Amino acid sequence: MDSLIKILPTWIAFSPLLGFFCLLWVPRNRSGWVKGVGMLSTLPPLLLSLFLYQRFDFASREVQFSHTFDWFHIPLPQGQTWSFSYSMGVDGLSMPLVVMTAVIATLAATASMYVKKRTKGYFLLFTLLEVGMLGVFMARNLLLFFLFFEVTLVATFFLIGIWGLVHREKAANQFLLYNGLGSAFMLIAFIGIMVLFQTLDFSRLQMVLNNPQTQMALASQPQFQTLIWGIFIALVIAFGIKLPIFPFHTWMLKVHAEAPPSVVMIHAGVLLKMGAYGLIRFGVELFPSQLREAAVVLAVLGLINILYGAVLAFVQQDLRRVLAYASVSHMGIILFGIASLNVEGLSGAVFQAVSHGFISALMFFFIGSLYERTRTTRIEELGGLARSMPVLSGVFLAGGLALLGLPGMSGFVAEFLAFLGLFQTQPILAACGAIGLILAAIYTLRAVLGTTFGPDRGTWSGPADIRTYEAAPMFILLALIVLVGVYPGVLGDPMQTTLQLIVSRIGG
Amino acid sequence: MEKYLLDYNWTVMAPELIIAGAAALLSIIDLLMKEKQDKRVLASLGFVAVLGALYFTVSRFGQQPYEILGDTYRIDDFGLVFKTLLLTGTALVLAVSLQEAKRKEITAQGEYYYLLLTALLGGMILTSSADLITLFVGLELLSISSYILAGIRKRRTDSNEAAWKYVVLGGVSSAFILYGMSFVYGLAGTTNLYTAQERMAEAMGNGMESFVYLSLFLMLFGFGFKVASAPFHMWVPDVYQGAPTPVTTFLAVVSKTAAFALMIRVILGGYLFLFNSRTAEGLELLTTALLVLAGLSMVIGNTVALRQFNNKRLMAYSSIAHAGYTLVPLATLGPMLFESTVYYLTAYLLMTLGAFTVIGIVERNAGTGDISAFAGLSRRSPLTAAAMTIFLISLSGIPVTAGFFGKFYILINAVATQHFWIAAIMLATTVVSYFYYFGIVRMMYFRPPVLEGKVKVPPASALVIAVAMIGTVVLGITPQWALEQLGEVNWAAALSPLNGGAPPAQ
Repeated sequence: MDSLIKILPTWIAFSPLLGFFCLLWVPRNRSGWVKGVGMLSTLPPLLLSLFLYQRFDFASREVQFSHTFDWFHIPLPQGQTWSFSYSMGVDGLSMPLVVMTAVIATLAATASMYVKKRTKGYFLLFTLLEVGMLGVFMARNLLLFFLFFEVTLVATFFLIGIWGLVHREKAANQFLLYNGLGSAFMLIAFIGIMVLFQTLDFSRLQMVLNNPQTQMALASQPQFQTLIWGIFIALVIAFGIKLPIFPFHTWMLKVHAEAPPSVVMIHAGVLLKMGAYGLIRFGVELFPSQLREAAVVLAVLGLINILYGAVLAFVQQDLRRVLAYASVSHMGIILFGIASLNVEGLSGAVFQAVSHGFISALMFFFIGSLYERTRTTRIEELGGLARSMPVLSGVFLAGGLALLGLPGMSGFVAEFLAFLGLFQTQPILAACGAIGLILAAIYTLRAVLGTTFGPDRGTWSGPADIRTYEAAPMFILLALIVLVGVYPGVLGDPMQTTLQLIVSRIGG
Repeated sequence: MEKYLLDYNWTVMAPELIIAGAAALLSIIDLLMKEKQDKRVLASLGFVAVLGALYFTVSRFGQQPYEILGDTYRIDDFGLVFKTLLLTGTALVLAVSLQEAKRKEITAQGEYYYLLLTALLGGMILTSSADLITLFVGLELLSISSYILAGIRKRRTDSNEAAWKYVVLGGVSSAFILYGMSFVYGLAGTTNLYTAQERMAEAMGNGMESFVYLSLFLMLFGFGFKVASAPFHMWVPDVYQGAPTPVTTFLAVVSKTAAFALMIRVILGGYLFLFNSRTAEGLELLTTALLVLAGLSMVIGNTVALRQFNNKRLMAYSSIAHAGYTLVPLATLGPMLFESTVYYLTAYLLMTLGAFTVIGIVERNAGTGDISAFAGLSRRSPLTAAAMTIFLISLSGIPVTAGFFGKFYILINAVATQHFWIAAIMLATTVVSYFYYFGIVRMMYFRPPVLEGKVKVPPASALVIAVAMIGTVVLGITPQWALEQLGEVNWAAALSPLNGGAPPAQ
């Protein structure tokens, strides 16, 4: 039993496959069955990850549940070998993200009831996507990380391209090309790491890199310095595309606008966070001194993200695009947190990752149910929804309040911590960034009020207000948002030790 | 000591003898059969012969290198590895051909089968030659058989055009190789590759550098043509498009693999002294030339493929691009040169064979070679579409497939030898290639079907697809087994002459 629990991360990552194989046997035309099995298939990872949360030792500085198996060896000419291992584990940084992923995946599967065509293919890809996402957060080997990362890429490409709106193919293509480029940068960085340090095992790498001898050796040879900088920049670009950082963000607007709402829940909720996770995991943990030198640049990029996203969110006519730009803006806050390089800032970044995950999942669940009724998400065509759908509008308002960072909700905690962190190191940039918080209130309220108040702009067919199976997931998300807002310890405690360890290694 | 023919240990040539015998036998049986008779029994015979040869090839692994026929023919691990690939590829092509022939598309069925075998024989001779003359005989046997195969649908103009272009351009490239070889003979006074190497090293010291380089570059032109790398790629799209699909598969998989064996053997076996020479100049020149070939192939192959709407033309440009990737380990002289080249060629064999098999089935069903033939395949035949998706993902180098791991392996070579530019070009063009590979995926999954009904997959083709698919996925997830096998191979034996040329005591 203990040995089974020891490899819990593997169980979690591959548990969606159970649903995958069950789905293969369900006939294609039994749509109800397919949806049922599809939704059930997200439960094993959810339950297992809650179990993980419960068994997780908050005080431990070690990577927990870590396990390593031999994967393959590449023989070198001089009789040496390069070993690659299958290695999984969780620490305080990955644990909150794993739980968040499992929760959002389950709720997104519920939101997938709006999917009308080719449901079997949809859920098959959905389960694969979940394997990829969970694996990304728990892989302790860089090559393994890359494999999981690419699985999400391919699965998402199909999910956007088949089940999206009118311009879905374009969105899918752009998604593929941008992320493919990001992956190329990541791969070259990983290979560079492999060649320089002879390993891709994360824990070994950390040991090698933190070893004073290595540091000295690196410092004494300018050629190595250039290589390390090259690797570092490649990593920042790779994860910058995913996050996304300002000039690389166009693909994610398209995805927000075109993908089916349930996929956007995953995309905005989890996939973007892989960029944040990658920046912290590989940027901060492996190359702290490079990151410290680049911190100002990152903070400036964060500022651009915050302001650019906020300003453009204000002028958008479509709710989906408002939320897309809001995501750009919120990802800037993650960059702020990372650039501060202290415990507060990094906690803020992770808080923001999780909080924004829940909030955007909620918002796009709402968008999905709204589109189901109104067939439009353009602000000018909506209005007065509070009269015809009071509860749904209430949920939207609550989500909006969370988005703008109302105290008592998760967004506030995250933004507070991230700004607190950055004010210690870059007060001016942080002060400029604070303008973004005001703008957030403006664009959110404009979008919420424009749709829910005012005169009715049309009569909508379909069910009038929220239904139970919509209400349950929405209220769960809202509850989580409030829970994190009121009792941040639920999220902060597990990651405190790990973040302190990271910061102590940086020596900042 | 005088040596007679029968003093040699002929069993080492068992694979070649089997194939030669089978080709002869098939041609005789074909003569005896009536014209209208079903010739598929020939295919089965050929298949059995190939499997037999494969058995003898594999059982020879791990033994001492052996030279036969006055040191002109050399059985070593390097050649055996490539022969294994060639035989596997041909066996699978033969299995697919069964169905193609049933369609009566190829009128000269008998010829078709035994020409495949002679082409294979040529490829096998090519991988094992230690002498320029044997080498050239092997090359021409492969080439001439391929010319006829490309034009075997003699009533179709595109097939004729393909054969015609292939003959003319192929002839030119052979002439280049021959001309280069003549310089080698002029410098060394011998046609034995390994002796020539020693003598050319001396010639280098005597102020004959320019002739050494001339011989090398003349041959490089020819090799560039045979492996289908840019800028010698003009023939590829037309020939790939015009030839019958199984022949295209054979050209893409078997011919290319044999040509890579030839290239590596001649460059590393014949010009090894360039790597050890006191001046790095020669090495620099060779590396640069190969890098240019590789880089150009990747760029031209991947960008021109973007504008292709015919499946086979698209695959032709893809094949040019892959020639570029495969050249990288040789060009950078990476630490894992042999292993990564062979790994990539294996991956390439599996995914290309699979993709061409599916293309053949789909084209036959739709009656068009346009990529729109794939429209809506996922609804008409979900399993075939899924298999094709895996092949395409592998071709575009995305995990978890053999294509990804092969590229990863190649990239390690490039980065380890600090050739960052070629690594960057490789990755950038790989991203470009997503666009056209996923163009077929888009057709299969995003577009509604034009035709009704299921696409019928003949059992033999289904088997080939399954083998290719399983191979592609397994080599992508757990490369350990393949790496172990490659690690045990004695590659260095391919580079050095045997002791005094005398056969080791048995």
